[in-house]
Amino acid sequence: MQSLLADYLPLVIFIGVSLVIGLALLISPFIVAYSRPDPEKLSAYECGFNAFDDARMKFDVRFYLVAILFIIFDLEVAFLFPWATVFGGLGWAGFWSMMLFLGVLTIGFIYEWRKGALEWD
Amino acid sequence: MDLLLTIALIVGKSLLLLVALLIFIAYILLADRKVWAAVQLRRGPNVVGPFGLFQSFADLLKFVFKEPVVPAGSDKALFLLAPLLTCVLSLAGWAVIPLAQGWAIADLNLGVLYLLAISSLGVYGIIIGGWASNSKYPFLSALRSAAQMVSYEVSIGFVVITVLLCVGSLNLTAVVQAQETRGLATMLGVPWLTFLNWYWLPLLPMLVIFFISALAETNRPPFDLAEAESELVAGFMVEYSSTPYLLFMLGEYVSIVLMCAMTTILFFGGWSPPIALPPFTWVPGVIWFILKVCLVFFMFAMVKAFVPRYRYDQLMRLGWKVFLPISLAMVVIVAAVLQLTGWAPTP
Repeated sequence: MQSLLADYLPLVIFIGVSLVIGLALLISPFIVAYSRPDPEKLSAYECGFNAFDDARMKFDVRFYLVAILFIIFDLEVAFLFPWATVFGGLGWAGFWSMMLFLGVLTIGFIYEWRKGALEWD
Repeated sequence: MDLLLTIALIVGKSLLLLVALLIFIAYILLADRKVWAAVQLRRGPNVVGPFGLFQSFADLLKFVFKEPVVPAGSDKALFLLAPLLTCVLSLAGWAVIPLAQGWAIADLNLGVLYLLAISSLGVYGIIIGGWASNSKYPFLSALRSAAQMVSYEVSIGFVVITVLLCVGSLNLTAVVQAQETRGLATMLGVPWLTFLNWYWLPLLPMLVIFFISALAETNRPPFDLAEAESELVAGFMVEYSSTPYLLFMLGEYVSIVLMCAMTTILFFGGWSPPIALPPFTWVPGVIWFILKVCLVFFMFAMVKAFVPRYRYDQLMRLGWKVFLPISLAMVVIVAAVLQLTGWAPTP
């Protein structure tokens, strides 16, 4: 417990200090800078006309698909981390069990490729 | 009392590192603009100070004294949170980077995992910024940018796994030490040729994939589709002005330099000198580290100047159909080679 705290305390403090620097930068123009807002200045950017409707529109489902694929493969990477760290002590059993896992995932990858989940045109 | 002293010491070290880092960023920014200008046969910034050396500080003052505009239709709290998040997250990664032997704020056992986690979180700043602006261009750009960053994150993960297979530890200091003490040069019987020990040679394909993915991950040209000027004006930063904009830019450059530092640590032996003989070993490790980071950044700057921008479908095809299969296959190949030859480090 003690050593865990000793390891992570500097991290927390470092993030705290960078937060202070970021906040100071963020707040300073609100204090020192000249400010005179008007409705045109505060309206959303558009090409020469007022915005027709809310900007948060429907978007292409492929972005959603990419996010799902990302979760699958990022989890896979997360599983690989502990395996890679102790790889030298695992022997052939450790090697082949991870190859089996990667093989199953590769089949899934081939399937989604053939289904056209990776097409963007 | 003892704890208080420790905390004060850590705060001091953090401040020192952050200030040094921000000054380094100021000059790296100038170097980026100078390199870009030199490639295009221009002079680049040369008015503020000798050779434009104070340009970045003048820019900082300009940003602070600009009027901060918060659009009326935006989600105001989130709108201001997004740049802060981007900047703080990219700075937070530096806590685990060892600048020299023992020169890390927090020498975590899980350093590599922490870096990956922090760089994944960077997507949030962009998504929140694009959403909170409530404007068309930032919204589209945030979508594009998020999809791009997560796509290349996967191949970065696999590249890091291959390095970890060779090292056998998640600690960044251990990654560098592994490259100092064992590798190609040690096997050939010339352990003083440290630069042959570094992983850039045996893992060369992974270095290439890592470098290109790092460009995409940080939205650097040629992958700067999130802010492709001709299509999306300035991307998710359209509605930002003054220091909120500055924080986005700062965050972007800090994470670019962080990627350079990661490349240095994973593939170029961190702080270790290229040849472990007297004239080289007299130079302190931190100097070697900074030199290597500058070299990698120079490559980033040259790519920005040379290569035309990708199309979005090309970008996604490169990420998912080229890099992902290759890096996945390389994980298998590296593991198989280590297992067959018995070179894998025993824990």
